Amino acid sequence: MLGPFLETLIGGLLTGVLYSLVALGFVLIFKASGVFNFAQGAMVLFAALTIARLSGEIDGKEVHLANFVVAAAILGVAVAFIGWYAWREYIARGAGPGERRKMQVLAAVGALVGGIAAYSYGKGAWPLWLAIAATAAIMGLLAYAIERLVLRHLVNQEGIILFMATLGIANFLDGFGQTLWGSDIYKINLGLPKDPLFLFEGVFPGGLLVDPGELVAAAIAAGLVVVLAIFFQKTRVGRALRAVADDHAAAQSVGIPLNTIWLIVWTVSGLVALAAGLIWGAKLGVQFSISLIALKALPVLILGGFTSVPGAIVGGLIIGAGEKLSEVFLAPILVKQFDLAGGGIENWFAYMLALVFLLFRPQGLFGERIIERV
Amino acid sequence: MTLRKAVLLGASIAAAGLALASTAQAQNEQFIPGLIYRTGAYAPNGIPFANGVADYYALVNERDGGINGVKIVYEECDTGYATDRGVECYERLKNKGPTGAAYVNPLSTGITFALTEKAPIDKIPVISMGYGRSESRDGSVFQWNFPLLGTYWSAADIIMQHIALKEGGFDKLKGKKIVLVYHDSPYGKEPIALLEQRAKMHGFTFTPMPVTHPGVEQKATWLQIRQNRPDYVLLWGWGVMNSTSIKEAAAVGFPRDKMFGVWWSGAEPDVRPAEGGAKGYHAAMLQHGAGQFGVHADLKKYLYDKGKGSAKWDEVGEVLYNRGLVNAMLGVEAIRKAQTKFGKKPLTGEQVRWGIENLELSAARLKELGFDGMLQPLKVTCSDHEGTRAGRIQQWDGAKWVVVSDWYQSDDTVLKPMVNAAAKKYADEKKLTVRDCSKES
Repeated sequence: MLGPFLETLIGGLLTGVLYSLVALGFVLIFKASGVFNFAQGAMVLFAALTIARLSGEIDGKEVHLANFVVAAAILGVAVAFIGWYAWREYIARGAGPGERRKMQVLAAVGALVGGIAAYSYGKGAWPLWLAIAATAAIMGLLAYAIERLVLRHLVNQEGIILFMATLGIANFLDGFGQTLWGSDIYKINLGLPKDPLFLFEGVFPGGLLVDPGELVAAAIAAGLVVVLAIFFQKTRVGRALRAVADDHAAAQSVGIPLNTIWLIVWTVSGLVALAAGLIWGAKLGVQFSISLIALKALPVLILGGFTSVPGAIVGGLIIGAGEKLSEVFLAPILVKQFDLAGGGIENWFAYMLALVFLLFRPQGLFGERIIERV
Repeated sequence: MTLRKAVLLGASIAAAGLALASTAQAQNEQFIPGLIYRTGAYAPNGIPFANGVADYYALVNERDGGINGVKIVYEECDTGYATDRGVECYERLKNKGPTGAAYVNPLSTGITFALTEKAPIDKIPVISMGYGRSESRDGSVFQWNFPLLGTYWSAADIIMQHIALKEGGFDKLKGKKIVLVYHDSPYGKEPIALLEQRAKMHGFTFTPMPVTHPGVEQKATWLQIRQNRPDYVLLWGWGVMNSTSIKEAAAVGFPRDKMFGVWWSGAEPDVRPAEGGAKGYHAAMLQHGAGQFGVHADLKKYLYDKGKGSAKWDEVGEVLYNRGLVNAMLGVEAIRKAQTKFGKKPLTGEQVRWGIENLELSAARLKELGFDGMLQPLKVTCSDHEGTRAGRIQQWDGAKWVVVSDWYQSDDTVLKPMVNAAAKKYADEKKLTVRDCSKES
């Protein structure tokens, strides 16, 4: 009995980490703008589709040449922009010999990327890292477009208005991504190990089954969380983000550029979507259902609190483990008691678990308690 | 007049003109709606099917100039496999064309359930080829439903016969454990009744295990399978759920050759994403499998050589593409049959219903149509809206599907009483008048 229990628990925890990864994207945007970004799932799908199609794991079905050209152009512009920004900083600071070397290195890297992109295209498909870089640039552009076309017009509006806007973005992105890249199942080859590991075979009959691919994914997710935590707590931009989250108007009045902050936060959550898309895509194959994984992040957010990065992680772990354990051990009992046709309780069980937590902590496990004096 | 107003005015005049032009053209056209999905979670399976359907109608128009001179006008509506959107599509398209929709293919058991209530009122037949309500083959009650080529009870029975044959007879199944991993929807639940019946007859343990839409989360299910070690797993999945099941089976080490999918879990998009993990996996065949036959030569000549095909040529002949062809062909032949009685003109749904109910395709006719080798002869009657109950089993060898069994016929001594009981129950619930098929020609 202990063996199956541990096995389910481990499997659940590892799945939970992957839920956290999607939930993180929600938390970032909510923290910085008070917007519940319904489009996060669509962004995950869009990023995954872009990587999969550019990196060419496409079962012999070709992608339109224009897509590659545009992706290369966007990547080029992004590299140029970063170069220009660095150059400006360099001029402002006054050129020392060390700075000059950095610029030379940067220019060399830019030229190298461009060269490899051009060379690789000649061979039909891009290497994975280049596809990831181009996708990162595209997610940046997407963030810019969303800020410019949608959010800028809605500054100081109610949260619910912004939420409705993200619903629209979600629908648009779902359709746009599939139009651009197709809606078949595509592969991302991350080289994750596929053969299952069996641990402690001496202790438990048959051993404990662990999916090594999920272990790697969990490690990547953990790394991402650390980076984000540092970004929010230690950098100037991170502090500005937190100020904007607290009050748009007040932040603007002390000179924090709201539009830039929104651009940054949507870019960062776009990059989190990219990481989630990369891992989910490698695990499940890139197809539309990836965008539905976002629904799994909802109970995670309710449980962990909408504003807490650690909350997203712990919430993910609890939901992941909770739903798997309930499906394996609780469902058979329910089936027997109430004569159900099989189990399938894991989907609603996650929400129920979250609701029970809400009874005791309405702000979620790690959420900020909101005290409003009237 | 501002520019915006001018543009709007221009657009409305153009739209009105188009509408007029299309009514003028529509006099000798048969309208057929297509409830399909090229987007959403089930698109990888929906697209090849939709391509097959569209290509066959286009072929009939290009090669024969329509059905006896009546051009087919085909319009797709994307349901995304969602029942509400499916009903919306149906409502939008049912009255199009000079005579309304000839028939409707819902391509979803859920949508079929919903349309079963609407079809008798709108007088539009529902062709649910290889899916839908299993009891709807009883035409005396389900006058408007046609689950042609096989119901899920037939599919489950064919798979059980194959397993029994491998084990050395149904009596050898006593004490075995058989699990059904199913899409938690009307579709996935269909085979449960038949499998429970077979379990009672032969003394094996049957456990149904649901997977919720869209089926990408199956870890809990497969961990239970690993712990319970069933002898066989039957798979009733659709879309990404299929490949996920096969991947999870590989991850927990369940032998793939002990897995049997229904015919909606046995196409290329179901096995390819699982790569090496899918090798050895079995699936039932809705008669046809993959491959190119007589009709494909015509497709090449009349469509693909002229750049008019919907798919890419290397996808023509895949399992679901072929199923789309078969589905469209049965509809076209039913209209042709109805034309013998009602005349060579656009027909109403009610007239086409007669055509489907009297559809008979002999081996010679199938050969003429280029479906020789894909289908066995079939004959639809008032009491049998299924037409035929034959199927085979195929196995994925890592690169292609290989047929590994002879033809099976689902056992009507088991199925017929179940069909009659379920149909009677439905008729009683809905207070339907039951036709006496012995009096129908």
